[in-house]
Amino acid sequence: MSIYDEWDLVVGCEVHCQLATNTKIFSSAPTAFGAEPNTQVNEVDLGLPGVLPVLNGKGVGFAVAAGLALDCEINQTSIFARKNYFYPDLPKGYQISQHETPICGEGHLDVTLEDGSTKRVGITRIHMEEDAGKSTHAGANSLVDLNRAGVPLIEIVSEPDMSHPDEVVAYLKELRAIVVYLGVCDGNMEEGSFRCDANVSVKRKGATELGTRCELKNINSFKFIKDAINYEMRRQIELIESGQKVIQQTRLFNPDRGVTFAMRDKEESHDYRYFPEPDLPPMVVSDARLAEIKESMPELPAAKRARYQSEFDLSAYDAGVLSDHRPIAEFFEGAVAECPDDPKQVANWVINELLKEASADDIASDEFKVKPAQFGELVKLISTDVISGKIAKKVLPKMLETGDGAEEIVEREGLKQVTDTGAIEQFVDEVIAANPGQVQEYRDGKESLFGFFMGQVMKASRGKANPGMVQQMLRSKLKG
Amino acid sequence: MGFNELSIEEFGQKLRAGEVTSEAVTKAILDAIDADQTNAFITKPDRDAALERAREIDAKLAAGEDLGPLAGVPIALKDNLCTKGVRTTAASKILGDFEPPYDATAVRKLAEAGAIAVGKANLDEFAMGSSNENSAFGPVDNPVNTDYVPGGSSGGSAAAVAGHLCLAALGSDTGGSIRQPAALTGTVGLKPTYGRVSRYGLIAFGSSLDQIGPITKTVRDAAYVLEAIQGPCEFDMTSMEVEAGDYQAAVDAGVSGLKIGVPKEYFELGAGEDAIHPEVKAAVQNALSTLEAQGAELVDISLPHTEYAIATYYLIATAEASSNLSRFDGVRYGHRSDDAPDLESLYENSRSEGFGDEVKRRIMLGTYVLSAGFYDAYYKKAQQVRTLIKQDFENAFQEVDAIVTPTTPSPAFKKGEKTDDPLQMYLEDIYTISCNLAGIPGISVPCGTTGDGLPIGLQILAPAFREDTLFQVAGEWERSGK
Amino acid sequence: MAISKEEVLHIAKLSRLKLSESEVDALAHNLSDILQYVEKLNELDVSGVEPMTHAVPTQMRLREDVVEQRLTRDDLMKNAPASQDGMFKVPKVVSD
Ligand SMILES: [Mg+2]
Ligand SMILES: [Zn+2]
Repeated sequence: MSIYDEWDLVVGCEVHCQLATNTKIFSSAPTAFGAEPNTQVNEVDLGLPGVLPVLNGKGVGFAVAAGLALDCEINQTSIFARKNYFYPDLPKGYQISQHETPICGEGHLDVTLEDGSTKRVGITRIHMEEDAGKSTHAGANSLVDLNRAGVPLIEIVSEPDMSHPDEVVAYLKELRAIVVYLGVCDGNMEEGSFRCDANVSVKRKGATELGTRCELKNINSFKFIKDAINYEMRRQIELIESGQKVIQQTRLFNPDRGVTFAMRDKEESHDYRYFPEPDLPPMVVSDARLAEIKESMPELPAAKRARYQSEFDLSAYDAGVLSDHRPIAEFFEGAVAECPDDPKQVANWVINELLKEASADDIASDEFKVKPAQFGELVKLISTDVISGKIAKKVLPKMLETGDGAEEIVEREGLKQVTDTGAIEQFVDEVIAANPGQVQEYRDGKESLFGFFMGQVMKASRGKANPGMVQQMLRSKLKG
Repeated sequence: MGFNELSIEEFGQKLRAGEVTSEAVTKAILDAIDADQTNAFITKPDRDAALERAREIDAKLAAGEDLGPLAGVPIALKDNLCTKGVRTTAASKILGDFEPPYDATAVRKLAEAGAIAVGKANLDEFAMGSSNENSAFGPVDNPVNTDYVPGGSSGGSAAAVAGHLCLAALGSDTGGSIRQPAALTGTVGLKPTYGRVSRYGLIAFGSSLDQIGPITKTVRDAAYVLEAIQGPCEFDMTSMEVEAGDYQAAVDAGVSGLKIGVPKEYFELGAGEDAIHPEVKAAVQNALSTLEAQGAELVDISLPHTEYAIATYYLIATAEASSNLSRFDGVRYGHRSDDAPDLESLYENSRSEGFGDEVKRRIMLGTYVLSAGFYDAYYKKAQQVRTLIKQDFENAFQEVDAIVTPTTPSPAFKKGEKTDDPLQMYLEDIYTISCNLAGIPGISVPCGTTGDGLPIGLQILAPAFREDTLFQVAGEWERSGK
Repeated sequence: MAISKEEVLHIAKLSRLKLSESEVDALAHNLSDILQYVEKLNELDVSGVEPMTHAVPTQMRLREDVVEQRLTRDDLMKNAPASQDGMFKVPKVVSD
């Protein structure tokens, strides 16, 4: 019996994605990760007196693209607001965020679960905001580094639509794939570019009223998210079953101990006194800009997955491997364009050979020597019997090493398949003449020796003989 | 007459005629500042640096460079404007010895126009006040009569101009802080349209209301300074690119055919129980007759929401201020309490020791009106009334080109007279505040004196970005009112 | 609308201000006066009136995403009351 027979889990997520811009959201200071403390800052990030925020246009485009990908309503006029609270890593004493009118309103994301079913997760809103700095402890003191302060973020808030930790993980993975796909966020969870807060509550199976929720903050891996939610679900159920109450609070996950614990919190800290940011006029995304962003939207992973299955007859698994990462998908599609008659073969070669040699990052890099068209050319040589698969496996490393084209290498190294009947007949005759004993055994009925003859002929041709033709000729000559 | 008593225009004429140098006028100014008894400055100028800069300008002029009307002109800066490498205090203890690593845009533009910065003028702490009695560096005397306040918050700037301690000064105006002290000291004070001048480097009080503007001896001088500091700025998203008229031509253009609105509310309401001072009313009515005689058409108008302006203003300005002043926390710059064993005491003790009473009062009020449960009743409501006040002006400007009123309901008051009752002090601003709420430009020009010799101010208001109209009316009154 | 001493203390906490007993008394009095004065606004019917959030109607201009650093860390941190290793030093932050 599972706890889900008696209890419903209810989870909604708030995901912070760091936007992949060169500069901060409100200043022209850089956003590089891992730099010396307080070197990626200027007077705006430090909240010096008299300075004012200046909005990064690129970040706005990213936020709109994320909204379009999640089928959100785009608020073409949105308003920035101040969220007021005191904290040493918050230089101005307020965070510039969006409150009543965020850039994106309601949307949704369809997530494919492991059993193949689809789960629709509602998106409540997406708003733009600035990140805070970081404090580290040093004895009785804390040291404040504001390099992160002002880094552009979008916060994607979901509806409490998820009812199992696996759904949460599937949702987050899909969301991450999308923002990475869009080039909006690098998706790096260790560096904090993609962070999740989960609002978790439980209720008795089928009850309509939601339970009191706890917010699990800043969990930085998919595994921890699952562990944290599982722990939190059991903790809340135990409280209720023992007649106690769940208290609404913010909790942190300790991955070493596998438990969540309440964050020290001041009662007044939730009175954020939001009000419209007077230093920033309303942000208007013009019809033209919106159209331009729509125009430049790539096909997203889910659509690609579906198309690869229907158009190229790929399995769901293969379609997934090819579409999960944008560099791989783009490489695959570029290769198919060169070898349009055999997309399945291209898919096999990408999955089984190319991805053995290279990661998505390698493929995306400028230094990667094999271009999609060259790879397509290689597969085309196989599917048109110019070379065998075996030869192709020797050609690929050379392509990766030199950047030369498949045809060029095959030509240069004389690797073309022998399809000339006379030449093949000569190899076959030589092998039959050299192995009279085996020929006799075969003719007496030991058909398993056929492979031996095939091998010998291919060896004699140094792998270049067309295997189909060799097979056919061998069979007829061995009959005697 | 000492060189320090010249207007910018007179100085320019003498300079070009070879009768004076920038060094000579700067020296006269520095000597006057050294002898100042009014406490107009928080930080007096670096004498050597100012004189060196004056000599540089003289050399450029001697070489035939045309540097424009502000070249070599000593100008004082309100001490809430950031100046690179020069202590900037906002008249508060909380800033400690803060030295900005940048210049405010208006300060930079003045320097580019060849002006010579001569010191940081006193003000009410964080520009919060109407008498300059709220300065951590002590009150400022009105040079006209030292028993009286010079007005505020740009009291030091106005006293410096009136006392000939500079040829002109920059102030800032959130609810009348340029115009009211100009009125009380007999100088010209201009608050530009919101967005006309960049706020970058101005230590914020009420961000949606603050504007930097000039305090000068003449209307034309105000036009010179505005021409130099105006224009959009890449560091201020609320600064705007809007065509500016020819201000110099406007000063001389006269008022023939101009329709001037006379709002009845501004001749009735006074500070609290007191109605408008009779001498103020008479002086302004006299000025109106003069303008009429010069060809303006006077039109009775109504700005019906005037009586709600102060309440609206004190909700919006304090709300914004409570947030703007959160950055003064003793962490990155400014005063940090010696008694800071933990983070909360660092915050609370630094801020309590650093801020003066009026600033604390406004932070408290602003925090209260934004806090949970009160936002709609106070802050949002004030924003809605702000819309009504703005609409009053829009309706009026359908009919008239400019509006003329007194700047203040009464002349300067004695030091200490209103310090016990903050609300009475707030009511001082009854005629100047609506202009900031509506975002429109306003100017105060001298309008004679009372029998006691205290200056009276005439306020002119115009539609957004029509500073040229202000100069037209102000120029005419300055000429024909003499 | 009168404001109690408890409310004054709560607002002081939110504002990170420590007030003396006499300051609390004075503020309770002053703030009550001011709040009573602003009750005036309740004479107006503002239903359907758009709140005015900015002084002049304008739209956001946008900045190009190009790095520009005009100031060094020393410029920016020279006013710091306490620092260590290029960071701002404060008493220990306890809540995380
Ligand atoms: Mg959140
Ligand atoms: Zn957030």
